[in-house]
Amino acid sequence: MTVIVAKELTTALAALREHADARLIQGGTDLMVEINFNHVKPTTMVSLRDIEELRTIRTVTSGIMTIGSGVPYSVLEGEPVLSAIPALAQASRTVGSPQIRATGSLGGNLGTCSPAGDTLPVMFALDAMIHLNTLDSSRVVSIHDFMTGVKRSVRQHDEIITAIDFPVVNGWQGYSKVGVRNAMVISVASACLVADHENANVRIALGSVGPTIIRCRESEAWLKSVHDLSAGQSISLDVASEFGRRAAAESSPIDDHRSTAEYRRHAISVLASRLLRKAYQ
Amino acid sequence: MATSSTVTKPRDVLGTSALRPDGAHKVQGSFEFTSDMHAENMLWGATLRSPHPYARIVSIDTSDALALSGVHCVITARDVPGKPTYGLISSDQPVFAQDFVRYMGEPVAAVAADHPETCRRALALISVVYEVLIPLTDPEDAVSGAHDPIHPDGNVIRHQRIIRGDQFATGPIVVEGEYVIGMQDQAFLGLEAALAIPDSDGLGVHLHVATQWLHEDLKQISACLNLPAEKVRLTLGGVGGAFGAREDISLQVHCCLLALKAGRPIKMQYSREESFFGHVHRHPATIFMRHHADANGKIVKIDARFVFDGGAYTSTSPAVLINGITHTQGPYKCDNATVDGFAVRTNNPPCGAMRGFGVVQACFAHESQMDKIAAAVGKSPVEVRLINAMVTGDPLITGQIMESVAPVARCITETDAIPMPEPLGKTINELALPGGSGLTASRSNIVRGIGWGVSMKNLMYSEGFDDYATARCILKDGVASLKFATSEVGQGFVTLAPQIARSVLGVDEVIIEPIDTQIGSAGSTSASRQTWMSGGAVDGACRLVRERLFHHVGKMHDIDPLRLVIDGTDIADQVGTFRISVEEASDGIEFSETFEHHHRATEELDENGQGNCHTAFAFVAHRAVVDVDPELGLVKVVQIATAQDVGRVLNPLSAIGQVEGGIAQGLGLAVMEEIVMQDGKVRNPSFTDYLLPTALDAPEVVAVMIEENEPQAPLGAKGIGEPPCISVTPAIVAAIRNAIGKDIERIPVRPQDICL
Repeated sequence: MTVIVAKELTTALAALREHADARLIQGGTDLMVEINFNHVKPTTMVSLRDIEELRTIRTVTSGIMTIGSGVPYSVLEGEPVLSAIPALAQASRTVGSPQIRATGSLGGNLGTCSPAGDTLPVMFALDAMIHLNTLDSSRVVSIHDFMTGVKRSVRQHDEIITAIDFPVVNGWQGYSKVGVRNAMVISVASACLVADHENANVRIALGSVGPTIIRCRESEAWLKSVHDLSAGQSISLDVASEFGRRAAAESSPIDDHRSTAEYRRHAISVLASRLLRKAYQ
Repeated sequence: MATSSTVTKPRDVLGTSALRPDGAHKVQGSFEFTSDMHAENMLWGATLRSPHPYARIVSIDTSDALALSGVHCVITARDVPGKPTYGLISSDQPVFAQDFVRYMGEPVAAVAADHPETCRRALALISVVYEVLIPLTDPEDAVSGAHDPIHPDGNVIRHQRIIRGDQFATGPIVVEGEYVIGMQDQAFLGLEAALAIPDSDGLGVHLHVATQWLHEDLKQISACLNLPAEKVRLTLGGVGGAFGAREDISLQVHCCLLALKAGRPIKMQYSREESFFGHVHRHPATIFMRHHADANGKIVKIDARFVFDGGAYTSTSPAVLINGITHTQGPYKCDNATVDGFAVRTNNPPCGAMRGFGVVQACFAHESQMDKIAAAVGKSPVEVRLINAMVTGDPLITGQIMESVAPVARCITETDAIPMPEPLGKTINELALPGGSGLTASRSNIVRGIGWGVSMKNLMYSEGFDDYATARCILKDGVASLKFATSEVGQGFVTLAPQIARSVLGVDEVIIEPIDTQIGSAGSTSASRQTWMSGGAVDGACRLVRERLFHHVGKMHDIDPLRLVIDGTDIADQVGTFRISVEEASDGIEFSETFEHHHRATEELDENGQGNCHTAFAFVAHRAVVDVDPELGLVKVVQIATAQDVGRVLNPLSAIGQVEGGIAQGLGLAVMEEIVMQDGKVRNPSFTDYLLPTALDAPEVVAVMIEENEPQAPLGAKGIGEPPCISVTPAIVAAIRNAIGKDIERIPVRPQDICL
């Protein structure tokens, strides 16, 4: 196996062009497991770990925080992300163990694109934009278009996910994840809720309850139609429960060895309801 | 005012928290586990396993694998020169499957090659044609005979009943339940590993292996290899935990066979996934219990039926069954009982020894029943347990008299006296709520519950088995050398043995010689027995040496040896002024003694389950405080209070380590640890999906050690390894029930069992 340790993004991009079999590695917390289980057998690996620009957080224009795809979760748990995008900090804290969080990053969650990817619901709720570069081009894709199925995305072989734009929203936001253990667990069901006071709306996205992350647009529209969602409002238990029921109805979970569809749907209704109540406490 | 004094380091004798000799190495990563071993010219071995729970082997073609460059040999059932099967109790498990595979993961062939990757490719080139059969997966089908025998020995491994007292006794209170226990894995961290080195003449083999019982391995391996026992030598490799899973043969025979065939050293090590298929698990069980009680809640009679799923091969199922049914009553008086028990064969993974050994299953049932009695008579869980608490001298349902120290009531009252944790406050750390880092709940979503569990556990082997232990002590120049075959699997015997020698002989320096089969058996590191048994052997050998030392000193200095005692590191005359250091007294002279410790004899049970089948018993009480999110079904165990009957504490740090570790393992069974089976297939053979408790799941543990010297035990100390994990599980489940007001009869408790 050849390992190309890129110091510059262009080196890595050129290597992808040159080697049709090349696999990108950043933290390796997904890929190395796949390799150890012999599920994949890459002959060329391109390491992104030493590319500094992938490991930076920038606020280019006001209202947008741009996070490099290689910034480890352990950094995302704290400032400046904690204040600007608290749901992302919370989701990052739920990833694996301290060792995993010290090396894993958003680029890996996007590259793997599992419906159980912990930070993906945050991207869906915040309408995050994904930066993809090739050696001679770049594009910015909405997260809603990026993820196309279970472990499938629109990323092309010669593209590298360089950064993610997160809108900084005025309003409460939170992330909750259910697992059968209090830490270091794969999500059985998760939800991210964002209250956008300026636009007087609420957005919610669900993880682990469908082939992709599910944005509950019907539930969001229903809520906006029955309730004023600007700052200072409060949500009744009845409205929150109905919102939870509607969000659960938009999920499409399955039975597997981790849980049952019935429990997952139930958990979504509870999470959605609780998050909404918290958002307007 | 400053004072100066000479600080003397306290001697690491019995009763002190002597540090583990391997502790720093383990923490720093420099300890050599068996999987770290290496030999010159070494090849790697790997195992091909059945993908089917039940199938007939039509053909095996190894020619493509053999033709692969780097492959040295491929072996199947045809290459086993000796006995084709092995087993701890019944030799019914094939070294390699021959005609049938009977569980998913059963070994079919093994290869030796120059690299693990070559091994992997070679395994993929072995062509096995299977005729897939419908597996027997429901243990009740084995009991009823609904399924044809899946093994020549039949589908019922053992059936035993217990008939005691008045079969028609009843009372105003009758409570019952059917309790289901899922399959738990021992989940030790150091995976199975061995290094086999063939003798240069090819007529013998030296195996370095992580095991619980070197001599039992030796017996089974040499039979399969068709070699005399002296041609097979075993040395204990570094062991990373065991909990019962290393009592059965796993890779031992395969590794030796490959080494003898290849004529080169062979290293084998399992991956975590393979480990789930490579060792036995805790028996899943279904237990029906009906308790009859008087109006005060005093037990009148117990009816019970146990079905243990033994999986495809016998392993220790017969002994697990006996442990389970003979502990039906728990630590409570009971004069009348009707118990029926089955251990059966299915096409599920073989099950055998795991910490608690059948008693874990029984305890979940009897403790759930005690709470039902308490509720029925309007008493608290503590009151109803105290009313029934057993004392020394009580007859058990087997007719055996409880001769061990039995401080059951004291375990309960001392646990009850432990302060409760802080109430659920307003400023609570969100991560400490159920759901943990998932941030699923607020304080207002949480309810708290309290539950109890009390247990009795037999110590050492039962039913007439003489599981003796051997040790040798050599004293020379003030240094003691100890030799034994006691497996150190993490329990701390390598800490305890020198403590014994220091206390008995007045030495400071103690050398532990290699742990191998060049001395008599120590028995298994299981059944909470090594402190008692191997501790007794080391103590006995050291006492014999001390006797000879006193005799020698007496002769040299014309003092009656009976007047001599060890005082610190000196030998002193009790009635005179004579004094000599042990070092000086043993200068240039070697005293060597070997001692075998045997526990008292036990008996087999008769057809009515009557007989003195157990050696001794220990007791413990657990009180669990749990926080539950009833809507999401998530649980956080807040505190475990416990008082354990230990006889005597020999090393406080080791003792609390056993208690805290056992509680974590019992917590795992209560709320998360389960091998999920579907149609005979394991669905979650990884630590991603087989969940063990993390630091955020572990409760605060407040422990009291009840020290009532056990006269039968050589050091006055009872085994303490198993009790911590037994009654903590029912205590946690009782606390969940108490929090949500709903009956739960299955463990582990899943979120949907709480909230749906």
